[in-house]
Amino acid sequence: MTTAPAIELKGISKAFGPVQANKDISIRVMPGTIHGIIGENGAGKSTLMSILYGFYKADKGEIFIKGYKTQIPDSQAAIAAGIGMVFQHFKLVENFTVLENIILGAEDGRWLKPSIAKARRTLLELSEDYGLSVEPDALIQDIGVGMQQRVEILKALYRQADILILDEPTGVLTPAEADQLFRILDRLRAEGKTIILITHKLREIMDTTDTVSVMRRGEMTATVKTAETSPAELAELMVGRKVLLRVDKTPAQPKDVVLDIKDLHVRDEKGVERLKGINLTVRAGEVLGIAGVAGNGQSELLEVLGGYAEGTGNITVNGQPLDLTGKYSDGQSRRAHGIAHVPEDRQREGLIMEFAAWENVAFGYHHDEAYRSGALMDNTAIREDTEGKMERFDVRPPDPKLAAKNFSGGNQQKIVLAREIERNPDLLLIGQPTRGVDIGAIEFIHQQIIALRDKGKAVLLVSVELDEIMALSDRIAVMFDGHIMGERLPSQTDEKELGLLMAGIGAQK
Amino acid sequence: MDFLTLIQLLDSAVRLATPLLLACLAGLYSERAGIFDIGLEGKMLAAAFFSAAIAALTGSVWIGLLAGIAASLALSAIHGVASITFRGNQLISGVAINFLAAGLTVLIAQSWFKQGGRTPSLIGNARFEPITLPFAEALQNVPVLGPIYYELISGHSILVYIAFAAVPFTWWLLFRTRFGLRLRAVGENPAAVDTAGVSVVGLRFAAVGICGILCGIAGAYLSTALQAGFVKDMAAGRGFIALAALIFAKWRPWYALYACLLFGLFGALETRPDVIENLIGVKVQIQLLAALPYLMTVIILAGFVGKAIPPRAGGEPYVKER
Repeated sequence: MTTAPAIELKGISKAFGPVQANKDISIRVMPGTIHGIIGENGAGKSTLMSILYGFYKADKGEIFIKGYKTQIPDSQAAIAAGIGMVFQHFKLVENFTVLENIILGAEDGRWLKPSIAKARRTLLELSEDYGLSVEPDALIQDIGVGMQQRVEILKALYRQADILILDEPTGVLTPAEADQLFRILDRLRAEGKTIILITHKLREIMDTTDTVSVMRRGEMTATVKTAETSPAELAELMVGRKVLLRVDKTPAQPKDVVLDIKDLHVRDEKGVERLKGINLTVRAGEVLGIAGVAGNGQSELLEVLGGYAEGTGNITVNGQPLDLTGKYSDGQSRRAHGIAHVPEDRQREGLIMEFAAWENVAFGYHHDEAYRSGALMDNTAIREDTEGKMERFDVRPPDPKLAAKNFSGGNQQKIVLAREIERNPDLLLIGQPTRGVDIGAIEFIHQQIIALRDKGKAVLLVSVELDEIMALSDRIAVMFDGHIMGERLPSQTDEKELGLLMAGIGAQK
Repeated sequence: MDFLTLIQLLDSAVRLATPLLLACLAGLYSERAGIFDIGLEGKMLAAAFFSAAIAALTGSVWIGLLAGIAASLALSAIHGVASITFRGNQLISGVAINFLAAGLTVLIAQSWFKQGGRTPSLIGNARFEPITLPFAEALQNVPVLGPIYYELISGHSILVYIAFAAVPFTWWLLFRTRFGLRLRAVGENPAAVDTAGVSVVGLRFAAVGICGILCGIAGAYLSTALQAGFVKDMAAGRGFIALAALIFAKWRPWYALYACLLFGLFGALETRPDVIENLIGVKVQIQLLAALPYLMTVIILAGFVGKAIPPRAGGEPYVKER
């Protein structure tokens, strides 16, 4: 049987100035399949899909849709060719209803009322056909991200897309929502739709795709059948060298208690209680992992410990009480207690994106003798020190004068990590250490965390990635709705049990 | 205060609210599409001058009106090119337009008419005359409703009726048509419009164009209906008061009508200090009354009147995301 590929790209190249984002890329995607595209951040996946959706024009190359050569100068042409795109950051109008968002740009005539009535009927059919449940009259701002994503998918289907591109679709979803999404994708494939799934998560590729293409530094390095490959092989193709997917570590040697939290309560600015009596200890030489769905109080915990939110309760570090509300409740005082903090949102809390790497390295430690000459900052000394840190933490490019925003996510994180870890803290607070970080850098960051632990330091790790928690932690505490639902040893629990605790089910053992 | 005084006061409020309402709706279209426009003042001023000047030269107020709209549209085009095409700063572009209009109008007026920056007084067909609605004369002696119809509703220039008709029309256009849906969307999230295959630039230019037309009518009203000729700075901050009314109205057409009528009423009270004196029993300085609309503007802009959420993408040039 010879079927024309749903999409065939031949020799696509695209450069942004001196950066070659896509180099001579050819790919065939067969109809009725789920085709994964995997690669590290900055490998050129998003650029390639933007070309396919008419956002950019390729410098060279040809696009064939269903066997016909097609020009895609703008999104209108992509939609006409039957391509629908679900972007990583949703393109929805927040204060419009679901229905209004779905018909936007695809209205049925000049008047809204008949368009909306027709859309309502079509929406009902689509929802039933594919198991995509949405509330047609709810405002986007009032519904969860899972449903917002279903609205995006419905938008594409409403425009009669039979090729659906999803860019990092699970980045914002809980594990349960992600499962639901993949069930929907299975159903769409069964109905004959073609799906392109862009991701950097190996497990999603292995679980859902039929074929997978790997991109590295703007080039397509391989296209293989998913059934005939393994995560290790894909990781190697992505990074260009062998990658350890598991973290190698010896059993922990916990010693004295470093961090002791007793009955910690935190209210947000609206007066809502976000932490409802937290009790935790972290010992020297161990990693305590805090698992939980985002928004259950993990951020507040880090903020209080980091000194930029107020709380009530008792916290001691090496036996010294921390000031939770007063004058000494700030980052400077926390650092004096031997606490280092790698915040969850590195672009907002960890770095100033417009500032150079060396300036970012000085933040919080600018009073340091080594960084000072008299009353002034010793910029040369800071730059030299930064250069050393960049080398030891394999930051690329190792240029202290480059602005933080010009580094990739992984390298930005390494800069923050270098700043904090090299201060040799007694307690490291680290939130979402590998969010938006590529596989090669994840391996490195994990090794650094374990190395710090092995030096006899205490680590408090907060992550929404259960895999990461399982791989790094010596003990796991699960947070739900401002409570600690329970503590488990990684060797004596599994993802299922933790998942239930994360959902607030199960009593404390 | 007797019934007739009240009617006369309201009648005056309607007259004074008209230019505010037109400018306010002009701003509404522009800001709903995500283009902030503090150049309403300048566009009104330019339109006021050109409509009076051309009406004086041709003797036809209608040609004058068209000239006013054209002048306002030209300034809109500058704002559009600066802030949409070249993604410049919308506030700076607006300020520039205000300065440009303030200077150019007087300069050209002096050069053309040599009357110290004014236009000649407009007479006859060079001015919009009040229209008497059908049966107004016949019904004026009917109790209560008669005076309301004769004094308040009838007897305005055509531009007043256009301004008031523009309110339901704007509501209908924004909330009942495809164009309105897209216009509102582009002010909230242009990326959503772009990925849906609709031109962000096209929509924004359309909105800025409508804004120019309405400002043009507002300016023409000032110099050819409310007054009989152009004088220096005759917009007198109305463009800014209209912006305050727009915020007060939370960017909604019907609320804009109420807000502008309120400001119009303040303006009307300024001309009738005797009414205030009768009402509260204290003589109020006329200067204080004259300052009222401006005081209200400051209070509203300072955010004392509830929380107003502007269109989310307002003021931000749209750049395609990588």
